[in-house]
Amino acid sequence: MAKIKGSIIVDRERCKGCGVCVVSCPFGVLKLSAEVNSKGYNYSFMANPDACTGCASCAVICPDSCITVYRQKASN
Amino acid sequence: MAEFQVEMNEENRVYTKPRLLTDAVMHYCPGCSHGTIHKLVAEVIEEMGLEERSIGISPVGCSVLAYNYIDIDWAEAAHGRAAAVAAAIKRLNPSKLVFTYQGDGDLAAIGTGETIHACNRGDNITIIFVNNAIYGMTGGQMAPTTLLGMKTSTTPYGRDASLNGYPYKIANMITQLEGVSYVTRQSVHTPAAVRKAKKALRHAFEKSMDGKGLSFIEFVATCNSGWKLSPVAANQWMEEHMFPFYPLGDLKDI
Amino acid sequence: MEEVKLMKGNEVVAEAAVRSGCDGYFGYPITPQTEIIETLMEMRPWETTGMVVVQAESETASINMVYGGAASGKRVMTSSSSPGISLMAEGLSYLAGAELPCVVVNVSRGGPGLGTIQPSQSDYFQATKAAGHGDFHLIVLAPNSVQEMYDFVFDGFDLAFKYRNPVMILTDGLIGQMMEKVVLNRQRPRMTDEYIAEHYGDWALTGKKGRKYNIVTSLELDPQVQEERNHRLQAKYAAVKANEVRYETRLCDDADYVIVAYGCSSRICAKVIEMAREDGYKVGMLRPITLYPFPTEALKALKSHVKGFLAVELSTGQMVEDVRLSVGSDVLVEHYGRYGGMVHSPSEVYDALKEKIINKLK
Repeated sequence: MAKIKGSIIVDRERCKGCGVCVVSCPFGVLKLSAEVNSKGYNYSFMANPDACTGCASCAVICPDSCITVYRQKASN
Repeated sequence: MAEFQVEMNEENRVYTKPRLLTDAVMHYCPGCSHGTIHKLVAEVIEEMGLEERSIGISPVGCSVLAYNYIDIDWAEAAHGRAAAVAAAIKRLNPSKLVFTYQGDGDLAAIGTGETIHACNRGDNITIIFVNNAIYGMTGGQMAPTTLLGMKTSTTPYGRDASLNGYPYKIANMITQLEGVSYVTRQSVHTPAAVRKAKKALRHAFEKSMDGKGLSFIEFVATCNSGWKLSPVAANQWMEEHMFPFYPLGDLKDI
Repeated sequence: MEEVKLMKGNEVVAEAAVRSGCDGYFGYPITPQTEIIETLMEMRPWETTGMVVVQAESETASINMVYGGAASGKRVMTSSSSPGISLMAEGLSYLAGAELPCVVVNVSRGGPGLGTIQPSQSDYFQATKAAGHGDFHLIVLAPNSVQEMYDFVFDGFDLAFKYRNPVMILTDGLIGQMMEKVVLNRQRPRMTDEYIAEHYGDWALTGKKGRKYNIVTSLELDPQVQEERNHRLQAKYAAVKANEVRYETRLCDDADYVIVAYGCSSRICAKVIEMAREDGYKVGMLRPITLYPFPTEALKALKSHVKGFLAVELSTGQMVEDVRLSVGSDVLVEHYGRYGGMVHSPSEVYDALKEKIINKLK
């Protein structure tokens, strides 16, 4: 059985911490960090990376285009 | 089965910032719909291979600086006049993709005349209309599309029809005009809505390039700063209050 | 091919537009210049040169269509009359701010407000000093014949592209409606898209093929940069003043008195100086052809022997201020003009010349 897994990279400096990606993730992967970037925004990060499927919902909706999505299929 | 780590290489990359979006950090507030709509414009132009043939017209309003973010030729129009500017560019350069990007104040208040007459002439342009029911750049005043009861800095007690008139649906109005080929109302509040809106935008651009008449794509959008809500709460408020008055979907496609 | 015709001033503007390789005309009907768009629609240039002609929904739309066309590097123009030009004030300011070339014809009429449809020269201040908000100038040409209506469309486009600046042809209902012989002696093709990309590709919106993207805008939020832009505009206007002043003198060399008049008034005053010379008065005339830049130095030079100047214009006194600024306060400068659509006769002007200048200086 093939398993699909995803991962994302958030451009922390571009992220404005709007949180729209957090609620758009169907698998509850994302949260806003406690730390802030140089502009003072609580940037988004993968709090639960194992649940990511690489569906790109977060990146599609991100108004600042700061999420890059990777997706890989692994066969047994 | 053992967990594996995703290799973050080009082969596995499924989504990234479109090439035609510049590296400039957008001046928009966190969560602003403009950023997502800009991204769709960049993606569709890129996918249609039109970057060397596109001319955008930015308005006066929050998106006046759209020209800093999408890597194509741009003209910045006087307040409300984008449709007239675009119409002339397209008539003089029929092989180009010419589109306007306008807010509700620009398009539906000060620019109503230019908008309606470009629609009526059937100029082969696309009008992208971002309706967030408020004036963003000047700090949250009433727009022509502000809902009844909605509080803005010029309707501090809520929009009152007897004082301020009614919100109006310019997309429905221009649907009646012969020169208009495609009218649709979209949103970018969920990933599914963004994907659907992208298809609509591509359809609009294709119609413009095919000389089918004017395409009008309204984005019902948020202005969380102006509405004084968080970005997430603004999306919810939009679903509950804006969508019943400005329902999503195609109004005309001929 | 050279052709000689008897034509109305307004019709000639349309003819000149097509023959000067204009790419687009955008206009709105208003008396006394409507023959321009009517003639163009009759000519159907889209079938010959490919020129686009659009009847817009307002002068506001017309001037913004001009803005769009000019932004894409095309030769574009509009025409209107005084109230319509007021509506174009916003667009003219944006055109100047974004440094776009175009030609705008004002076949002016009397005002203020809706005023009258009869000729007037009361838009001088508007044209030369404050065509819209902000620090900018139009280059202003003032024809006084049907031939010049033809020639100045060509010259207007040349100046507009040379300086990347809007050019106004300021004429009036008299010249616009008058029929006269005209030699249609100049003709040139429209620019090709390749020509535009090659020559104006550093600013024109031609699609960003093989280059960085171009932005046409008058917006600059950083005041320091905006000030620099204003410096650049001022440097351009200084170059215009240095290189483009045009005027015509008649019998000025030995003149004791000089009439300063442009456009239709200069035709009337040509008769006045003849009448005065017959009576033994040494009267000459200076006709500014460019109202901006104004022939300041030429007027100043006349001070060596001229005792008094009479500015004659169909207004309550507008150009006269530039005459005074040119020659200073140590020489007599007076104004005479009819207004509200009334046109002065040669004898009226001659009487005024005697009363306001000659008799005072005797």
